[in-house]
Amino acid sequence: MADRTLAPAHPLASRRTTLTALSDELTGVLSLELENPVAAVDLRVDPRGDGPAAVAAAVGGPLPARPDSWTALPAGVALRLGPDEWLLTDAVARAEDWEFHVDEAAAAHGGTAVDVSAQRTTLRVRGPAARELLSSGCAIDLRPASFPHGRCAQTLLGQAAVLLVAHEIDDLQLLVRTSFAGYVADWLVDAATEFRPGFRPGFRPEPQPQPGLRPQPSRGTP
Amino acid sequence: MHLIACPWCGPREETEFSYGGQAHVPYPEHPASLTDEQWAHFVFFRDNPKGPFAERWVHTVGCRRWFTAVRDTRTHRFLSVDPLAGTPGPTREAAP
Repeated sequence: MADRTLAPAHPLASRRTTLTALSDELTGVLSLELENPVAAVDLRVDPRGDGPAAVAAAVGGPLPARPDSWTALPAGVALRLGPDEWLLTDAVARAEDWEFHVDEAAAAHGGTAVDVSAQRTTLRVRGPAARELLSSGCAIDLRPASFPHGRCAQTLLGQAAVLLVAHEIDDLQLLVRTSFAGYVADWLVDAATEFRPGFRPGFRPEPQPQPGLRPQPSRGTP
Repeated sequence: MHLIACPWCGPREETEFSYGGQAHVPYPEHPASLTDEQWAHFVFFRDNPKGPFAERWVHTVGCRRWFTAVRDTRTHRFLSVDPLAGTPGPTREAAP
């Protein structure tokens, strides 16, 4: 009998080969990597009370105080998504345990934590061309001076809502909703075309005549 | 590109926001006693001023928070943005 166990698959497993091939072709310029899924919870707690401090003590690291910023946790990151909303990740813990652990600390202060591990998937964009690539479809200022280490932003990349996380000048993380991940991966591959060796702006290859089709009669000048 | 200053996220492109219509439209105090005409006025009738207009906007792809903005309908210029009263959390300037 066939094994009916549901094996967890990366939401972008079908794009892995394409991304690896592109990164190999653009070695030293750009690299697009899929990151392994991590445990993530969405924390809602009133920032005016003791809730954030209690959660910070429980997860072993400070929660970011400023808007659009992130801090490092022992095995993950804490990203501020809104005035009373944070995203806390942990690469080691099981999702259920992580949710329970954060929720236990938050519940005492009227807060709540919900497991959102399956909500987003993560791409890592590295290389000297990383920021230029992203800025071709993103309206926020991604220059290192205004988007330095420690910043994050929820914004639009192409037509999809993404969460950008700045690690270093040439190292950014891109969190995207799983259902938009395929679109974003394809968009990135398309946008990276201009960094390929031999790219000529405005060049369109001549359409090849297809066998078996008669050439279309010329309609003359319109 | 038109920038709207979200009270939390700061200036962002207009396409990140969604419009929520006129602000400060109070729910009827005694809904059961309203006539059909009065209901219609509450549900469908809105001001359409030429000049400053208080509106609700939501930063859909950002922090997903609603806020009140006063916009000049002649120039499309935003005169002020304010977080909703009573919502948890500080503004961008007063973040703890």
